[in-house]
Amino acid sequence: MSDNDLPILTTTVEKVVQWARRSSVWPVTFGLACCAIEMMAMSAGRYDIARFGAEVFRGSPRQSDLMIVAGRLSRKMAPVLRRIYDQMPEPKYVISMGACASVGGVFDNYAIVQGVDQVVPVDVFVPGCPPRPEALIYGIVQLQRKIDQSRSFV
Amino acid sequence: MQATAIIEVLSRALSADATRFEAVESRDGMPTIYAPIELLVETCRVLRDTPELRFVFLADVAAVDYHPRDPRFELLYMLACPGVAGYGDTPKRLRLKVRVPDGGHVPSVSSIWQSANWGEREVYDFFGLHFDNHPDMRRILMPEDWEGFPMRKDYPVQINQRVKTYEPLQVSEGEFVANMEASRRAAQDPARPEPVEGRRARQD
Repeated sequence: MSDNDLPILTTTVEKVVQWARRSSVWPVTFGLACCAIEMMAMSAGRYDIARFGAEVFRGSPRQSDLMIVAGRLSRKMAPVLRRIYDQMPEPKYVISMGACASVGGVFDNYAIVQGVDQVVPVDVFVPGCPPRPEALIYGIVQLQRKIDQSRSFV
Repeated sequence: MQATAIIEVLSRALSADATRFEAVESRDGMPTIYAPIELLVETCRVLRDTPELRFVFLADVAAVDYHPRDPRFELLYMLACPGVAGYGDTPKRLRLKVRVPDGGHVPSVSSIWQSANWGEREVYDFFGLHFDNHPDMRRILMPEDWEGFPMRKDYPVQINQRVKTYEPLQVSEGEFVANMEASRRAAQDPARPEPVEGRRARQD
């Protein structure tokens, strides 16, 4: 048996951690409005987000890595969003889905938060009203690229 | 039943002058009357209890801000009579309106129709009209610490205030133990009071 035949792969711990993190980004269920319908379509059979390892929508923030803010966030809901985000374990990521979550959209009024980045740090903004499932999948892939390039140990 | 006929019944039952009520035309043909605010509660009781009226169902309470007209507000009570056995002879509807000046107090009709409770809270929430003798005069839809009344014509609709998030509930170890004890006792004895909440700290 020569050295080349050894069943060993050498890599860095960081690469493995990044690979593990980006390959199973579990979203927390946080549908706020019509964007949530597209989010559900994305997780269902036709678009099948399982291909990217993000199909397990968790009902508990304790088991989630990603929060997809799908829809307009009212000011009364903002403390709830913040609280759920605080309950998620590190590392955690946020996708702001659609025009309303990103900048308020058509709801330019007193009741709606004009961008969820005022409440939680956002990693990826997905434009659209609502974004098609492909667009959200692209957002998740962008997030995976971001995780790949991030430093796992600081 | 026409609005004038309803006013006739009302003024007879209240032994009030019929000119204090006012029938108005409405596009949809629904009988619409204005009532004086002093007679509101009595009027509503007669509308509910008189056998030929029997408006037992209050469908909605709404308000309109006619700023800068005086009196500024108008309250609308959407009434219905189902017209089934024991509840009136024929199905009919009525739109009851009341003019309210700015800062004026309105008597609550929640003692007559239970459904007025939340409807009047909604009017208070958005227009700031106070209802006297209301069992629970709080905001119903907006956050409880909200300033101003959004549906008023002079409210800045696109006001972009700082977003309020609150820090998580801070519970010390002693409070946690006390909460657990209290809820355990409450589970055994429903007459016991609710567990005490911890301090809720404001972020700003």
